[in-house]
Amino acid sequence: MASVQSEELTVPSSVKIVVAGGFGVGKTTLVGAVSEITPLRTEELLTEAGTQIDDLAGVEGKTTTTVALDFGRITINPEVVLYLFGTPGQDRFWFMWDELAYGAIGAVVLVDTRRLDGGFGAIDFFERRGIPFVVAVNCFEGGHSYSEDEVRHALDVGDGVPLVLCDARDRESCKTVLARVIEHAMSKLDPAMA
Amino acid sequence: MSPRSSDWWYDEAAGPLVRPYALVSGRTRPTWGRLNLATQVRAIRTTSDTSALSVEHLEIMKLCRKPLSVAEVAAYLHAPLVVAKVLLSDLIQRGDVITSDASRMAVAPDRNLLQKVLDGVRAI
Ligand SMILES: Nc1nc2c(ncn2[C@@H]2O[C@H](COP(=O)(O)OP(=O)(O)OP(=O)(O)O)[C@@H](O)[C@H]2O)c(=O)[nH]1
Ligand SMILES: [Mg+2]
Repeated sequence: MASVQSEELTVPSSVKIVVAGGFGVGKTTLVGAVSEITPLRTEELLTEAGTQIDDLAGVEGKTTTTVALDFGRITINPEVVLYLFGTPGQDRFWFMWDELAYGAIGAVVLVDTRRLDGGFGAIDFFERRGIPFVVAVNCFEGGHSYSEDEVRHALDVGDGVPLVLCDARDRESCKTVLARVIEHAMSKLDPAMA
Repeated sequence: MSPRSSDWWYDEAAGPLVRPYALVSGRTRPTWGRLNLATQVRAIRTTSDTSALSVEHLEIMKLCRKPLSVAEVAAYLHAPLVVAKVLLSDLIQRGDVITSDASRMAVAPDRNLLQKVLDGVRAI
């Protein structure tokens, strides 16, 4: 029987926020702006059809592909750690999205004013799962400046979804985005306090 | 050179799967089903016999002397997530690694927890 020191028996809780959006919109930049570690990259093996491999036995003969995702961490206190996971750019890896979204407190759908249409897949995914999300518009200089109404209209999101402008390279700006996600998640918990 | 080719699990000639497959030596070894990317794992100091463990198992034991997520373990091992999960599952079943309760993650976090996270984010 293994002997265990009691002070080692605690494991923190983790919470996560998913950072989604189209290719090259600044997801990794946003994660890096607020993370206490340089964003880490990890890969998952998937079957060619995009399904997750749970068990390595029998994987040998199968055609597989890898999907990369990066993430950062913010230690809230010794009991709670917040992880920020950037979704893979390619929308076809929905199985990866399932694992990413499992238990997430909320999500950021990052869009880029040069290509507003990159957020549709993510918006649809979070709406169907009932995961609270905010739309954050990463304001690349030289990008077209849209009014809030134009962005809402282009993305087909109503007033119930918070919309924030941000600069994914700026820590304070990204903190505000995360705070909006958490506040939005809290408002969903108890509609009376929204 | 692809960035992956330097990883220990990647075999230049045979492709990326040889190493993970070799690690489980063809045995059926389902992962402990409750590991998510964000699940926290932590090695506990035990007196259990580690002679049956691979280098990678021992590396994980060393990595998670401090609590880490499954995703961090995979990233630091330079291994695909599924490999990290399989190896962690071995250690969990042996009682050498403990985890946060991932099933709790699926239920909506309570207001208290969210408030703490909000305060924490504002304070960084
Ligand atoms: N000018 C400007 N450049 C930015 C901004 N945000 C990100 N970038 C740059 O845009 C490029 C893409 O940013 P990433 O953070 O890698 O985007 P991503 O969404 O993670 O990209 P993928 O993971 O490939 O989909 C990088 O070169 C960033 O430095 C911004 O607000 N302004
Ligand atoms: Mg990225």
